[in-house]
Order: sequence, then C-alpha cells, then structure tokens
Amino acid sequence: MIYAFLTLGALTMAIPYVWMIVTSIKPIEEVQAYPPSFLVHHPTIAPYRELFSLLPMLRYLLNSLFVASTVTICNLFFCSLAGYAFAKHRFWGRDKIFLLLLSAIMIPYQVNLIPGFIIVKNLGWLNSFYALIVPNLAMVFGVFLCRQYIMSIPNDLIDMAKIDGCSEFGIYRVIILPLIKPALAALAIFTFLSQWNSFVWPLIVINTGNMRTAPLALSVLNSTFGLDFAMVMAGATVVTLPVLIVFFIPAEIYHLGHHYDWIERMKR
Amino acid sequence: MDSKKSFWQRLFEQRYAYLFIAPVVILFSIFVLIPAVASFFLSFTKYNVISAPQWVGLENYRQIFFHDPRFWKALRNTGIYVLGVVPVGISLSLLIAVAINQKIRFKNFYKMIFFMPVVTSVVAYSVIWRWLFAGEKYGLINHWLIKLGASPVDWLMNPHWILPAIMIVSIWGGLGYNMFLLLAGLQTIPSTFYEAADIDGAGGWHKFWNITLPLLRPTLIFVAIMSVINSFQVFEQVYILTAGTGEGAGGVLDSALTIVSYLYEKGFQRFEFGAASAIAYILFAIIFLVTWFNLKVVRSRFEY
Repeated sequence: MIYAFLTLGALTMAIPYVWMIVTSIKPIEEVQAYPPSFLVHHPTIAPYRELFSLLPMLRYLLNSLFVASTVTICNLFFCSLAGYAFAKHRFWGRDKIFLLLLSAIMIPYQVNLIPGFIIVKNLGWLNSFYALIVPNLAMVFGVFLCRQYIMSIPNDLIDMAKIDGCSEFGIYRVIILPLIKPALAALAIFTFLSQWNSFVWPLIVINTGNMRTAPLALSVLNSTFGLDFAMVMAGATVVTLPVLIVFFIPAEIYHLGHHYDWIERMKR
Repeated sequence: MDSKKSFWQRLFEQRYAYLFIAPVVILFSIFVLIPAVASFFLSFTKYNVISAPQWVGLENYRQIFFHDPRFWKALRNTGIYVLGVVPVGISLSLLIAVAINQKIRFKNFYKMIFFMPVVTSVVAYSVIWRWLFAGEKYGLINHWLIKLGASPVDWLMNPHWILPAIMIVSIWGGLGYNMFLLLAGLQTIPSTFYEAADIDGAGGWHKFWNITLPLLRPTLIFVAIMSVINSFQVFEQVYILTAGTGEGAGGVLDSALTIVSYLYEKGFQRFEFGAASAIAYILFAIIFLVTWFNLKVVRSRFEY
C-alpha cells in the first residue's frame, strides 16, 4: 500500500517533467493532436532550433551561468571570511552586528525591491551584470552557516598557528578553509541554484534583450510565444534539465536539514 | 584583553576582524539595511522616479485601505491561497514523509523524485503547468478530465479556476521542500517509542496519532510558519500562469491578483513607488503578525 501511494506520488511529480521533454521533441501536428500522447511518432529537434534562432537563448544561458558562478564564488569567499571573524575573533560590536544581520531574515524581500531598484538605477546599473551580481555578493545566510560551522573548530588549532607565526589571513586560508569544506560545498550548491533560478530581481532590473537570464527568457517565451508549446517546453527543458542532472549527484544537498527554508528564500 | 589600552588601540588590534566582515557589512548595508529603512519612508510619499518624492503622510495607506477595492481583492485571493495551500500541502507532505520514513526499498529514489521541484526554477515549472492546464482539449489535464467523465475546464481563462490552478502548482512545487523538513523531524524521534508501542500491540494508526504527531509538533509548527510566510509572498506562479490573460497583473478580472503581484503592478508597471512601498510594508506587517501568532499562541498551547 505504501508503494502504491508513493508510486502514485512519484508519478505526479515526474509527469510534468516527462511531458515537458516529450512535448519539446514533438512536431507541431503531434503537439496539437487529439488525444494527447506520451509517444512521439516523429521526434524532431525543430523546437530547439527555433528556440535558439528566435531568441539569443545561448547568450541567456551563459548570462545565468556567469551570474550564478560569480555570485557563488564571491559568496563562498566573503561569507567564510566574515563567518570566521564572527566565530573566532573578539571585537567591539561583534554580537550587535551579527544580530543586526540576522534580524534581516525577518524582512520579506519585497520590502527591499523598490529602494533596491532606485539604488541600482542611480548607480546606472540597470540592464547590466552589476545589477544582477553585486547586490547578491554576500548573503547573510552564508555568513550564518559558516559561523556555525567554524565555531566547532577548536581554538587550539588557531592558537597553534598563531604561535607558529601564521598571519590572520594565513590562518583563514590554511586552517579554516580546508576544515569547512562540507559547509562550503552545501553553500555553493544552493547559492548557485538560487541564482540560476532567481526571477523577481532580474525581472525588475533587466529589460533589454541581451542581458536577460534564463528564467527571464522563459517568462518572455511564455508571454510572447506562449502558444508554441513545443518551443516553450524546449526552453523549459534547457533551463531545467542541466540543473537536475548536475545537482542530483552530490549528496550534500540531502544533509542541509533545517536550512531548507533558505533555499526557498534565496530563490527569489 | 588589556584594560590599560585605549579604545582606539583595541580597535586597531582588531582591524583584521573588521577587514574580514567589511565586504558583508558594506553590501548588507547598501542592499538590505538602507532599502528596508528607505522603503518605510517611501511608503509615506508620492514618488514616481521622475520627480522628487513628495511627503503625503498616511495618504497611501488611507487610499489602500479605504478606496482601493483591488487591494482587498488581492488580500482576499492571497488569503484563500494561503488557506488552501498550507493545510493541503503540509498534510500531503506529512503523508509522503511518513511513508518514505518506513523501511522501504528505493528510499533515495523516492526522495529524489519528490525533491525535483525544489531545484527547479518556479518559472520553469509554472510554464510546464501552464501547458498541462492548457484550455483546449489537447491539454493533458483536460484530456484526463474528459476520460474520467468530467467536463474540461478552461483553467487559465475562467476566473473561478485560475486560483485553484495556481494552488495546485504551488502545492506540487512545495511538497518536496516540506517533505524534507518533516523527514528530518521524523528521524529525530527515537525508535524506542515505536518498539514500546509494538510490545503494547499498538497499530500503525495509533502509533502515528499518539507518537509521531505529538513528537513531530515542533517541526510541524516550523514547516507551517515557513509555508505561511512563503505562501503570502506568492508571485512567480501567478505571473506565469496569468501571462496574457488580463489587463493588470492578476489575470482575468483580477481573479488571481495576489498581494505581491499587485505590488509588482503598482511599483514596476505603474511606477507608483510610494503606494507600492506601502503595500510592501502591509505585507511585512501581515507576515510578522501571523508568524508572531503562530509562535506565541500555537507553541505555548502545546508543550511537550
């Protein structure tokens, strides 16, 4: 009985993906054929060809890849650095600053959209990579995760390195970084995911053709070529499938436990 | 620390720490802290980017609460959405989590399948569901409805069905996320409780009702709060599923207008930044109150 229930559930989960892929390789007659069928009689890559010729889709995918990678790498660096300071350094105002950072979690992101837009506009960053990248370079969640992880590193290790004449940055590079690899791996995965899937912020700061990210491109496909379902599904496939393939391999994603709420939050 | 040193000397000694937190603190101030405060002040102004902001006091809030039926429509739709998505979504994901937590084969396979939407962009799966819901009979869902003997529904264009359609998409998309939180909670329940119940001859239903549910309560409350917060902020699904169907951001006759889609329309289609900021703060207040209520009332009433 459990298997029947789970299999039914799994089918409900999988069917939209299967339908997406099936539709994306159907010629137009088969897309509109009745009854709809999961079998494709004459598979074709025409929808993909159409997709990449009507829109600069490759450019959009590369935009997303570039933004997501840059944001991920910088977050790993900035967050671990700050996390180290918050975990192991004593300095004036430490706890107050940390609390201020944490309290920002309470604020829904919509509150920041309008002033964020105005700031980015005044910086002259609209329709540029700056607008997509800079505001996301250092996420509070990353700092929090790194701090928690670094707190568990024994102080003796750090003191030893100090006695050996290691510089502050040296301690971070030689001792802290190698020890927090699991946390960094987890942080990398979901920073990348959240950026790759991010929609609302790009929607607001990007409105010219070449700078769109992959989800924005999908949204444009949906609203302007919405009836050419084969092409829209081809678009959904190229945005979705690489992520599914790449991110189901690492096991770290299953060990995030109670941090899942952040994935949802960072998806915006 | 040496108390003889002056404040400035100590600050100098701590310079590395300040250097290390500087990037985060600076970026946080510019893109989170200042905007949050600015938004509050903007909500008391009229501002359209072109001319300077003009102080109007509580006018934006007065307009929204007393002269804006569309805001109330958005609030009502969002309320219905939350009341639908949260209980159904949590019940289903609890069932799935409990099922997966049993001794079953292909455990990781099932986990992976349910987790797929979590790593998929909301835009992407909304686009897929828009195609599943497509109005004509060659849409998959309507085809199945016909097969089951029901009449097909014009999900996206019919004002009565667009909101349920969006709710279905959101429940589907949120299952994996809730399931994982609940699964983590289930794994903290010691197996000795179940063993003791087995000795006493308790059945599966009794074990679920008397052991699982009470001990899972903290996790359930957490999941409920997160789910409520996220549901109040629903936007992408609405944006994609109503694309091209209505005049504003809410589909046919505003039948799917939600708080955030109204905020988006006010702010980024009409450029009424003052009013949009007011809506943002109203949303903040609603989320804050609901969370506070959940934490204080629900948690204090059931302590284990």
